[in-house]
Amino acid sequence: MSLDLPYGLPQEQSMNAYSFLFCQTRCTALPSGALHLPDHDVLCVSDLHLGKSERIARRSGVMLPPYEVVETLQKLETDIAATNPDHIICLGDSFDDLDAAISLNEDMRLWLARLQAGKTWVWIEGNHDPGPVDMGGTHKADITVGTLTFRHIATNATAEVSGHYHPKHRVTGRSRPAFLCDTQRLIMPAYGAYTGGLASHAPELRKLFNGRIMAILTGHKAIPVPIT
Amino acid sequence: MTTLPPKFETWFATRGWAIHPHQQAMLNQADAPALMLIAPTGGGKTLAGFLPSLLELSDGQHDGLHTLYVSPLKALAADIKRNLRTPVAEMDLPIRIEDRTGDTSYTQKRRQRADPPHILLTTPESLALLTSYEDAPHIFKGLQRIIVDEIHALAESKRGDQLMLALSRLQTLAPNLRRVGLSATVEDPDAIAAELACHPDPCAIINADPGPDPDISMLITQEKPPWTGGGAKYAIPAVLEQVKNHKTTLIFHNTRAQAEIFFHNLWLANIDDLPIGIHHGSLAREQRERVEAAMVAGELRAIVCTGSLDLGIDWGDVDLVVQVGAPKNVKRLVQRIGRANHRYNAPSKALLVPANRFEVVECVAALEAVKEHDLDGDRKGPGPRDVLCQHILITACAGPFDADQLYQEIKTVGAYRTLSRAAFDDCLDFCATGGYALRAYDKWKRLLQTADGLWQLRDPRAAQRIRMNIGTIQDTDTLKVRMKGNFKALGEVEEAFAATLTPGDTFLIGGQVVRYENLKEMTVEVSRRGDKTPKIATFMGTKFANSTQLSQRILRMFEQPNWPELPAHTAEWLGLQRRVSKLPEADRILVENFPHEGRHHICVYGFAGRNAMQTLGMLVTQRMEELNLHPLGFVATDYATLIWGLDPIDDPAPLFKPDNIRADFETWLSGNAVMKKTFRGAATIAGLIERNLPQARKSGRQATFSSDILYDTLAKYDPDHLMMRITREEAMRGLVDFGRIEEMLSRTAGRIDHIALDRVTPLSLPMFLEQGRIAVAGAGQDRILEEEAARLMHEAGVGSL
Repeated sequence: MSLDLPYGLPQEQSMNAYSFLFCQTRCTALPSGALHLPDHDVLCVSDLHLGKSERIARRSGVMLPPYEVVETLQKLETDIAATNPDHIICLGDSFDDLDAAISLNEDMRLWLARLQAGKTWVWIEGNHDPGPVDMGGTHKADITVGTLTFRHIATNATAEVSGHYHPKHRVTGRSRPAFLCDTQRLIMPAYGAYTGGLASHAPELRKLFNGRIMAILTGHKAIPVPIT
Repeated sequence: MTTLPPKFETWFATRGWAIHPHQQAMLNQADAPALMLIAPTGGGKTLAGFLPSLLELSDGQHDGLHTLYVSPLKALAADIKRNLRTPVAEMDLPIRIEDRTGDTSYTQKRRQRADPPHILLTTPESLALLTSYEDAPHIFKGLQRIIVDEIHALAESKRGDQLMLALSRLQTLAPNLRRVGLSATVEDPDAIAAELACHPDPCAIINADPGPDPDISMLITQEKPPWTGGGAKYAIPAVLEQVKNHKTTLIFHNTRAQAEIFFHNLWLANIDDLPIGIHHGSLAREQRERVEAAMVAGELRAIVCTGSLDLGIDWGDVDLVVQVGAPKNVKRLVQRIGRANHRYNAPSKALLVPANRFEVVECVAALEAVKEHDLDGDRKGPGPRDVLCQHILITACAGPFDADQLYQEIKTVGAYRTLSRAAFDDCLDFCATGGYALRAYDKWKRLLQTADGLWQLRDPRAAQRIRMNIGTIQDTDTLKVRMKGNFKALGEVEEAFAATLTPGDTFLIGGQVVRYENLKEMTVEVSRRGDKTPKIATFMGTKFANSTQLSQRILRMFEQPNWPELPAHTAEWLGLQRRVSKLPEADRILVENFPHEGRHHICVYGFAGRNAMQTLGMLVTQRMEELNLHPLGFVATDYATLIWGLDPIDDPAPLFKPDNIRADFETWLSGNAVMKKTFRGAATIAGLIERNLPQARKSGRQATFSSDILYDTLAKYDPDHLMMRITREEAMRGLVDFGRIEEMLSRTAGRIDHIALDRVTPLSLPMFLEQGRIAVAGAGQDRILEEEAARLMHEAGVGSL
């Protein structure tokens, strides 16, 4: 059959995740918004925005509940336990700014270190965190895994996985963070707890795709839906 | 007895006026530290309030601000300025009068701070802002009197609490300040008087002659009111006939959307081209001002309006008030009726127009209540702490403060007189550190304590942000609407409504049908379109809940064997309900279930008011969700909740057992949309979420998103945080209104009647076209969403995978 959309791999659908083939690489979208590459033992998460509440307090005096780092790391720990990857890619904007990375409290640093133990950990640079951070792992502008290139902001390249836009998609009146992809580009939803979103019909997002786009909604279950 | 100086005597005489007894009483008691006047509209209430100030200022000796006038509406301040300048000019008094509202220019505001007028007319929000400036002691130092107009309206909301907190500040800056309240007829004047006075000072109350009883009746039309809906389209010809027979008619609606639809239909039927205008809060300011000006000039025969015209602006010769839709609240109805015949001692004339069959019952109940002077009102709780948090931040903007002094000052506010020191310290801690169990912000505290023990802003630049967020009015996120290629705004629609529009959709705004073109930089662009039937603009307006008193009256009516006071069509309808099912009784809960269009329905009649019935819907659907009954949604009115779902429910009665409902309420509090909305309101007022950023306005959608997440996060990690406690407390009243569910549960004491039927019942019928259906975000919706996604996948040719 000829398809111009990345399509599902029915034999591998677990309960709530959604597996599909993207540029010849097997990918699994987790309901949490993480992406698992089982053939490469890679788990990728994008836009964690750790330290966002600290940055807001520093800049504006408004003190949001300081629990978003705990919430985000808890989620990440669950996904790591479920997929047991060798490699973890944080696809940029992992920290809300570089000062937020420096100010991360000791408990959270130790937790992050525990998660990193025994894994290769790659920090892809994002617009919020352009420099290296004083934490385990390697800092890179982009990285290639099998057929795919991972970087923070989408370019014109083919077979590319990126983040940055925090895409959301609306079906039957409900808007949820979503993966968006066509045959050459996969844009990941934001993983961090305090992150807003950009609607899938926004021109900034639409212009990145050619042809038909599929959204994979996150939530209780990763649900694929074509965008019409 | 204070006599009028000759200048004033002459002025009254040339107008052919004599001083009213209550105006004289106000003069006689002008020295009282607190004084409240209760007078009907048109009783010279405003002049009574200002007369002592005019007298005191007439010698030209006072330097600086003498009298502050606060009203809930900007328009009212402008109106009073106009009306007050007339006697001042005619008597050639050396008095400078200015207004200061959100509409006042920046330069004018600067000048007012440096050189305040003798009389300043303002709103609670503008006043709170004034007290936040470092030069507040200079501005207010000579202040003698404050006049709070329409205090009954302010007292019902957090705006009143904010105002009274600001007054406590002013009293410290100007210890000789005397307080005057002007109120319409209310059910409990003592309660309002106690809020006005500087606690524990007494407050004298002066009652003006209430005038003759209003001439009020229900509009009887040839055509029967429809079963459902709120448009009252059927009554258009009859209303138009009334407009023709009167000089000027005000046509009140309960929501903006209904006003728009009615106005549209009125014009379609208006073959005589009578000049009729529309006025509501979603219209652009220029448009509202145009209508106001035309009204004052006597150019309009009628105005279709909402609560934005509720308050005492003088619109000239209104001789008829029409209330479309059931009034929901007797007190508000009486105040609206007071708008007609703006002449003292002439009876007001008013007509009620029920929009549907059930509202016929409600209108008759309301008419009886008016006849018996049975006003309704719910008791207010103690002063809200979110407003207190904002007050602390405002105080910090003006300069370093001493916590002990501030606490003592706040205790002089009636609503906060029982505030404990611990509760105050909680609020102060929230303002200073965020008040979290996890003390994360030691480095970035908002308030710091200096070496001398005073509290001040860590970063003085934060003052600007705090000032931009002053106020307690809950605005839903709205988007401006304008014609494509034209910069002038037509008005505003809610963002949630705009999100449902696709290009080509039509809706009503400002009485015209427009076509949605696109969304550009947070503005809805439209083009003119005259031909299509519009999609409805679902402005929320204010959906008032039926008052407890009115609900009880209706239940008493249901006990009657027959209803001679009701029109035949409505009496027959109730009779039919009694035959096929039964009529709800005050001391029992009636639950009906029946199938309809492939869905299983439950209708429960609790008569607890719209908000509480909505909460009941949420609680019950949550329990159904747990029982895997796949509820899909529900809709609530003042008297009932209708729930539908995928699975049949053979025995719904256990769902409504008091113990279950109370237990469910506790678990339910943690995660639902109404609680999140309540949280968002409190968190915005308390300064946790910002309303206006100094830069570009944050998109409302993102704000909604993040405040929900903040709520979820707090519920999970810090459930006893101050904001969560405030949210839970407010849940008992307001939007969640669990207090009235409790009232319903104790009234019915577990007596539940369950009736299973094979079709829709007469009384539940109106529920089916009710607006504001709420979807249940649960397994049932996931099932439908997955089905829809699968269908789309199938259409895309990948369905087999």
